[in-house]
Amino acid sequence: MKDIEWKGYARKDGSKGIRNVLLVVYLVECAHHISSEIASGFNKNEVQVIGFGGCYPNNHADKVMRRLCTHPNVGGALLVSLGCESFNRFKLAKTIEETGRPVSTLVIQEEGGTSKAIARGSEWVRSALYQLQNTPRVKMGVNDLTIGTICGGSDATSGISGNPAVGLTFDRLVKEKAITIFEETGEMIGFEDHIASRAKTEALGDELRKSIQKAARYYSIMGHASFAPGNADGGLSTIEEKSLGAYSKGGQSEITGLLKPGDTPTLSGLYLLDVVPDGEPRFGFPNINDNAEISELMACGSHIILFVTGRGSVVGSPIAPVIKICSNPDTYERMEEDMDINAGKIISGESDLKDISNEIVFAILGTAAGNKTASEALGHQEFVLLYKSFQPADPSCLP
Amino acid sequence: MESPGKLIRLDDMDNVLIARCDIKKGERILIENKEIEMKTDVKLGFKVARKAIIPGEKIIKFRTPIGSATVPIEIGDVVHVHNIKSDYSPTYTIQNQNEYEGH
Repeated sequence: MKDIEWKGYARKDGSKGIRNVLLVVYLVECAHHISSEIASGFNKNEVQVIGFGGCYPNNHADKVMRRLCTHPNVGGALLVSLGCESFNRFKLAKTIEETGRPVSTLVIQEEGGTSKAIARGSEWVRSALYQLQNTPRVKMGVNDLTIGTICGGSDATSGISGNPAVGLTFDRLVKEKAITIFEETGEMIGFEDHIASRAKTEALGDELRKSIQKAARYYSIMGHASFAPGNADGGLSTIEEKSLGAYSKGGQSEITGLLKPGDTPTLSGLYLLDVVPDGEPRFGFPNINDNAEISELMACGSHIILFVTGRGSVVGSPIAPVIKICSNPDTYERMEEDMDINAGKIISGESDLKDISNEIVFAILGTAAGNKTASEALGHQEFVLLYKSFQPADPSCLP
Repeated sequence: MESPGKLIRLDDMDNVLIARCDIKKGERILIENKEIEMKTDVKLGFKVARKAIIPGEKIIKFRTPIGSATVPIEIGDVVHVHNIKSDYSPTYTIQNQNEYEGH
């Protein structure tokens, strides 16, 4: 893995991307349709839509949007504002500009309505794409990558095949000096002491324990664990059993740090992403679906997302390619076009964890070099960004 | 000893086994050297009791407690939401969701 190199995209802020995406960003739901119309005139993999639906201000959404618009895989952004929403478009545009990326802001009310805004926006996207063609290329290796992982549509096979195979892959990536991120403290309830014992420092261990206790409290107030009816249909009986499987995605490495959404680690290692808001529950469930978590993994710099599914998720994402690892051999057979890797072969006895981990490594390297994942080829670009509130992470959380 | 190819024992401490393929009702399966006739269909990935489990006893999978038995469970029974519960928060299914909406 160490000797493998490919050509990435060099950003002026020093980061290196594996895609060269131009974003069209709606700053309130009212600008969503116009953003989609602008993007629809272009190649779906080159021009992608993200946005924030709310009209009220939120620091978390601001931070995640800043990180996503300056993500290593992003080359530039068109911000689409209705004109009266409270999202600070000036600050976002300035942040993007400071990283050397082309940016423009389209204010629909000033442009004179839908058709004029679409025409103006499309014109800018065309010129920005031309600029992006000249993005300098740079050598990249595994040690330049940040890889996030999530499981969605889990069933009883997830914890036996797909998740442990990702865990083994994470161990290998950490040895190769990559940054790896796993998440969902709500699926670690009951394991807090064990996780704390894996921390690099005692102070970090305390923070890890607190983050899981926070999740336990938050979910108990919500009256619902991170558990969908499909999980039970797939043979998972309890949140503990789901957690047992989910936890194995992180592998066995020492835990280097604890991130809040939008914190971007710079040192290699294994990080846990704390997705549960701080303080009293205010805006509902921590993450309402898998894409809400993918947005946060990307906001921490993930170039690629490893997504383990047993029941059969079909989602992808803008910005970071999603590699779908199917843990259930029957699901793979039914939904092969949506899957990149058949980890179900571990259950049917055709492969072992090491074989599947090798396949995942090849998929990461191939995707980094430009190969399209199944969800990219099928055009999946689901995106969700929620209202949340966080306190900055304690200094002991980062190395 | 279990029927090879049908069930996985993840850990020696476990009191459940995992079906590695669909198993039909009436099939005779070897569990702990005993031949057991399956009372129901078992789907891939689902849990089967490795021994008799009494109400309140922890269900152990991969050396980890994943909940407690709510009723007596016999060797070979499917172990799922009908006979075990979480020790943390309730499991909601589509069938019992009305209860959740009124929560």
